[in-house]
Amino acid sequence: MSVSVADGFCAESFERFLLARDEPGWQRDARREAWSLFESLPMPDRSQEEWARTEVRGFRWEQFTALPGFGRSENTTAANRPQPPADSLGRGLLGDGVELSGRMASLDGATLECVGSGALAERGIAFGPLDELLNQRPGLFRPHLFGPTFDPRADKFSAYHAACWHGGGALYVPPYASAGTVHLLTRLSPGGVDLTHQLIVLGEGAEATVLVETAGPDDGAAALHCGAVEMVVGRGAKLTYVNLQNWGSGVWHFAQQKARVAREGSIQWTVGALGARLAHVSQHVVLAEPDAAAQVNGVMFTEGRQQLSYLTLQHHQAPGGRSDLLYKGALQDRSRIVWRGMIRVDLDAQKTDGYQRNDNLILSNDARADSIPGLEILADDVKCTHGATAGRVEDEMIFYLGTRGLTRKEAARMVVAGFFQQVFDRITIESVRHALAEAIGRRVREYR
Amino acid sequence: MIDRTPETLRIVNLHVSVAGKEILRGVSLEIRRGEIHALMGPNGSGKTTLGLAVMGHPGYEATAGQVLLDDVNLLELEPHERARAGVFMAFQRPVTIPGVKMADFLRHAVSNVRNPNRKEGEELLPMREFRKELTEQMKALRIDAEFARRYVNDGFSGGEMKRAEILQLAMLRPRFAILDETDSGLDVDAVRLASQSIAQIGGHEMGILIITHHEQLLEHNQPHFTHVMLGGRIVETGGPELARELHKRGYDRLRADYPDAAAVEREMMAVGPKPAVG
Repeated sequence: MSVSVADGFCAESFERFLLARDEPGWQRDARREAWSLFESLPMPDRSQEEWARTEVRGFRWEQFTALPGFGRSENTTAANRPQPPADSLGRGLLGDGVELSGRMASLDGATLECVGSGALAERGIAFGPLDELLNQRPGLFRPHLFGPTFDPRADKFSAYHAACWHGGGALYVPPYASAGTVHLLTRLSPGGVDLTHQLIVLGEGAEATVLVETAGPDDGAAALHCGAVEMVVGRGAKLTYVNLQNWGSGVWHFAQQKARVAREGSIQWTVGALGARLAHVSQHVVLAEPDAAAQVNGVMFTEGRQQLSYLTLQHHQAPGGRSDLLYKGALQDRSRIVWRGMIRVDLDAQKTDGYQRNDNLILSNDARADSIPGLEILADDVKCTHGATAGRVEDEMIFYLGTRGLTRKEAARMVVAGFFQQVFDRITIESVRHALAEAIGRRVREYR
Repeated sequence: MIDRTPETLRIVNLHVSVAGKEILRGVSLEIRRGEIHALMGPNGSGKTTLGLAVMGHPGYEATAGQVLLDDVNLLELEPHERARAGVFMAFQRPVTIPGVKMADFLRHAVSNVRNPNRKEGEELLPMREFRKELTEQMKALRIDAEFARRYVNDGFSGGEMKRAEILQLAMLRPRFAILDETDSGLDVDAVRLASQSIAQIGGHEMGILIITHHEQLLEHNQPHFTHVMLGGRIVETGGPELARELHKRGYDRLRADYPDAAAVEREMMAVGPKPAVG
């Protein structure tokens, strides 16, 4: 690889990392394989379709250092650095007013807090840091780690994650058990790196709600998240997963977020994408067995020079599946949103009911939204529809609300809130609706 | 901001252009609180333009003249400041605001108009108090309770839109109101109810300018003055008998009596349809 200056991104530091981890052979082998992939893959560039609208030229590996376990002295690891005040950890925005059965918080990938594991374990539910649980309960997690939905070859960032991931939350819910609601808060500090991996496994008929939020660093400081989420939803199981991406405005966010749903299982997956300097997220849901169901909700708000790319895939592999995706975005300043959606229906997946839609509201002349819906359908008896719109806040709306006493700003805020209402109506968790609405309301500036 | 109750709305020699084309060519009109004025005239004569210009629609540029609320020139204020000063218009075709519930919209509107100095983010009218008042007003207007949860004008029938505008009039209680064809699209019973409601809401407190083609809306709102617009000017002002005459006989006598205005009307019609209005 051409860049080797930075600690954590050269072969030597990778070896030191492996030594320090002291992991079983299979895991070490997997990491080594991914590392050589990382070294061989070029940086993504705009000639690749998935990166065509994402500008990563400003990204520098050497900007990031101090990966824990990468041979740096101990006092620079996350756990020893000054920690954020206690009230910035804990429940975050999504946990507010919600009864939680467990929660975890991490800073730069290092777990700082894990609450509730003991009580959950009494019910056979495993909840805690993935590194630890992989050691303690390999039977539950190893079969699913880097499963078929994750692709380390997708790009250099994916390979890097597969080689160097550490930290992150894991949840296993045995058949017919309910985990209630757990909350995961992931923070980054200035210059910090988060390579966390989340693994959620629901056995047959199991249920869980997982609220995830990411935050920091403040003041636009640079930081890197190169992460992954894997969700395995068993037969008849029901997973509600919420991800509020609320990184600071200097964060590079690269992620693969993948779910696989078995027979009659269902997932409700809500993404709130508010933060990051640049995000490139592959969000796939695979309906792997008959009669699986997925509802995907996306709420995006961008400002400044933010660039968010979400590449969604609804992959129907078996008959009778239902998938319903609605992404809504509002853009301010010079920001940019790319949504590239695909519904793929395999030959066997007859009676598929697939839907995808992306609406964008453009709040300034310099903002730009690209919506690229797509269908790849091999089965011949399916119902698949898609749509995309881009619009502006109409002057007539601002005027009408003005004649009812609302200032331009208040009117714009109301129109934007109304724009998102359709997707809020689908989100079943009050705290999530509230957190998203508040965060968006705060961001809307005077509309001109 | 105006703190005392304004007594007169005075429009003085108002000229208004839309997209560079002059529509109003010197309109003068004075309305005192407690008075009802009817504004009549053929389509395209400038009635709606007058209303939109008074409210501050950004597409309607006042090139000369004044609109005075007592001694405050409304033309220098933003639309929301005019609303908070006590001026209201019920629109012919109000816009749809998807996803915004009527109740939420009204609560913001009422909170701002009743507390003109309210800053954004400050307390809204307390929910209980607001709910109670809204329920009462909706009952009086025979509007279904479910209406409050619907999105503003979204999928409303013509009649529902008009009732929603009257509901806003009732909740906002302005000092001066312009009602732009609040009777169109309503059946006979609905117009009668609208007419009664406006009379109840207005009482003797409000100055009202009613733009209408029909006599019925005036049934419970006998105009003290009737004005007729033609070619962007008010060509004649009279009492209630003028409204009756126009309802019976139409505008041909006026075109004959005011050939200059009639010529302007023909010229404006020839240019094409009037611009879209709020």
